[in-house]
Amino acid sequence: MTGQVLLTMRGISKYFPGVRALENVDFTLRAGEVHALMGENGAGKSTLIKVLTGVYPKDGGEILMDGKSISPSSPLEAQKCNISTVYQEVNLCPNLTVAENIFIGREPRKAGRIDWKTINRRAAELLKQLNLEIDVTKTLDNYSVAVQQMIAIARAVDVDAKVLILDEPTSSLDENETSRLFDVVRGLKKQGLGVVFVSHFLDQIYELCDRVTVLRNGELVGAYEIEKLPRVELISKMIGKELGDIQSMGKNDAAERGEVLIEAKGLTAFGRIKDFDLTVHKGEVIGFAGLLGSGRTETAELLFGVAKPEKGTLKLGGSEIRFATPLDAMHHKIAFCPEDRKVQGIIGDLTVRENIIIGLQAKNGMWSHIPMKEQERIAEEYIKLLQIKVSSPEQLIKNLSGGNQQKAIIARWLVTEPNLLILDEPTRGIDIGTKTEIQKMVIRLAREKQMAIIFISSEIDEMTRTCTRLAVLRDRKKVTELSGDEIYPDRVMAAIAGGV
Amino acid sequence: MKNMKNRIVGSRYFSFGITALLFLVLYVIGMMSYKGFLKPQVFCNLFIDNAALIIATIGITFVLLIGGIDISIGSVVALTCMTTAQLLANTQLGAGIVTIIALAIGLLFGLVQGWLIAQFDMQPFIVTLAGQFFARGLTAIISRETIDITNPTYTAVASARIYLAPKAFISVGVVIAVIALIVATLVLKYTRFGRNIYALGGSESSAQLMGLPTKKTKIATYMVSGFCSALAGVVYSLIMLSGYPLHAVGMEMDAIASSVIGGTLMSGGVAFLPGTLFGVLIQGIIQTFITFQGTLSAWWTRIIIALLLCAFIVMQTVIVRSRHRINSSEK
Repeated sequence: MTGQVLLTMRGISKYFPGVRALENVDFTLRAGEVHALMGENGAGKSTLIKVLTGVYPKDGGEILMDGKSISPSSPLEAQKCNISTVYQEVNLCPNLTVAENIFIGREPRKAGRIDWKTINRRAAELLKQLNLEIDVTKTLDNYSVAVQQMIAIARAVDVDAKVLILDEPTSSLDENETSRLFDVVRGLKKQGLGVVFVSHFLDQIYELCDRVTVLRNGELVGAYEIEKLPRVELISKMIGKELGDIQSMGKNDAAERGEVLIEAKGLTAFGRIKDFDLTVHKGEVIGFAGLLGSGRTETAELLFGVAKPEKGTLKLGGSEIRFATPLDAMHHKIAFCPEDRKVQGIIGDLTVRENIIIGLQAKNGMWSHIPMKEQERIAEEYIKLLQIKVSSPEQLIKNLSGGNQQKAIIARWLVTEPNLLILDEPTRGIDIGTKTEIQKMVIRLAREKQMAIIFISSEIDEMTRTCTRLAVLRDRKKVTELSGDEIYPDRVMAAIAGGV
Repeated sequence: MKNMKNRIVGSRYFSFGITALLFLVLYVIGMMSYKGFLKPQVFCNLFIDNAALIIATIGITFVLLIGGIDISIGSVVALTCMTTAQLLANTQLGAGIVTIIALAIGLLFGLVQGWLIAQFDMQPFIVTLAGQFFARGLTAIISRETIDITNPTYTAVASARIYLAPKAFISVGVVIAVIALIVATLVLKYTRFGRNIYALGGSESSAQLMGLPTKKTKIATYMVSGFCSALAGVVYSLIMLSGYPLHAVGMEMDAIASSVIGGTLMSGGVAFLPGTLFGVLIQGIIQTFITFQGTLSAWWTRIIIALLLCAFIVMQTVIVRSRHRINSSEK
């Protein structure tokens, strides 16, 4: 694996208005290695890739390919520098044939016209090298995403790539398809290509990759040989906490469990979660711990009817139930507070009162009128309960701080008086003071209102403080459950890493 | 059996087959209902009457293929007719030169529209709407009255009859239309430009990431449409032998309808030019029916075309959906 250095990125910096996306990042890729690029959300992985492929211009640093300085300003130029990328959403044309997708833009011609025979023959040969025998004269939309990805790789390799970037290639593949893809990647590695592999799946990283570069908050943490890096250490490098670093500061002392509220057995939905079991009692705060992409949000959405499970059962209050839509789940007193409050949550140009009432309105139906007096009373009540800092309930919500917006959204769901409240990253991007307030509020809601709460967060110390029980997810499976004294940071981190 | 059905519906030529079949069925019904339909000249007349529309349909099909739209076609047709008539009437220029100037105007029109759309990422609907107003306005500025074309060369070409059989002849316009159709079909199938058009319509961002010249292709596509409009204008002027500000009003809509009936997807990426020819011919045959019937208003053509359009769009949606179903079940 100690091939010669193929690609060097040195001191790369990239700034967006008000954001430092990359600061002085180094990256080295050797010929014949598969190099993982890892980091949590906002670490700068995709920015680094986009700088490398010419989508973003870099603000500092240099890129050396085979010792020569390059600065591609478009994907096409990057391609000419022998750098090819296969994106998560396959970037091919669904209406063209498989063969054409591989050759378009550089079609072999005969007597001035496109030589379809040669194209089809060569495409079939190329795909055969990747162990793919399909009808190349059919249009691309006839094939599954996995096959499309192979075709994209075939195209990338055939344009004389020396560096192949695979951006989360496995996120929509099943196990068989993934292992097929891996075989292909190993074959390319033998041919001396350098492969950059971006993925959230720990197992896959350890199965396929030789080295790993870890980024955090736009900075380089380091590059490591994967064999010499235990999983726990990799995790701690990604989330930026050393083992034993986090002090348990206060805890939600496990209150007695109330009666069973909701029970999931063997819930499975492709691309989301596999065989998920969970029993939720009243008055509990259950955390979903795991890395980004481990299936936290996806599982929560399953409980809320955003997606339907393919297998498994969901019992609510003892009787089996299937939610057709989120509204259906709302009628069964389940509430879901999504991760990205800007995109999925607030309606900026409405007032705080209106933003709070919307949840109730949706539940009651479009046509049931809620008198203004009643609306004002509800808004006042929850603004007080959650200590939302507003000048008046009629203030536009977009003028509130992030933390207060988040509280307003939580209020929106609370007015529907749910039995189960799902909070997905409720404290992201909020200052520490408000964070603590939200954590306290969660604990209080569980204790006083006997509400069951599912709490999803990337911050382990926050989880250990707030939750009475933790479901640990890895690679879209629940790997273990922790409760009581088991909930302390080191233990949680070890569980997330698994297979230590 | 089911497999067979899947293969037929899944085929790229399915909607072409449906359109061609519909045309044949209509023709057979016509031959059984009216004796006049048996004359070969009736068939030739379908082409003679619609030669200009066939050419306009080629142009709009190119644009629809990249997911765009061009509603300036009818106005450009009028502008070229008017320019031709004006130049022939008031200058010493010969018919050949005048025709070349007319075609150049169309190309220029397409170039400007395409450049605006590609360079500034403007909505093609708005840009070509502006083009529509501009060309129509310019036509009326040149002359608000009809200008007749009396140039002897031009009238000779216009009245020329090319006999295919003793009792069946076509016009020069038909020859131009058929040549244009063949050339355009080959361009789409066998040149990089043609394939880039399909790629652009399939997914613009993919096309860009695959390193295709998306901007140039876009501009060139609108130039094709502009050129076709002008060529349609020339053919139209051979029939009308005049320039008039209200010539060919709404022709772009007939062209769009023909293209869609012929299997073009409005969302881009899918079209087969010979299919769009049948789209035009179906419109023509319905008109012929109404002529033969004698008492019905010619506006019934519109109503029937409207129903056909709805039927075809529903059919396309169903095809696309069933294809998805077939694929996911094969996965």
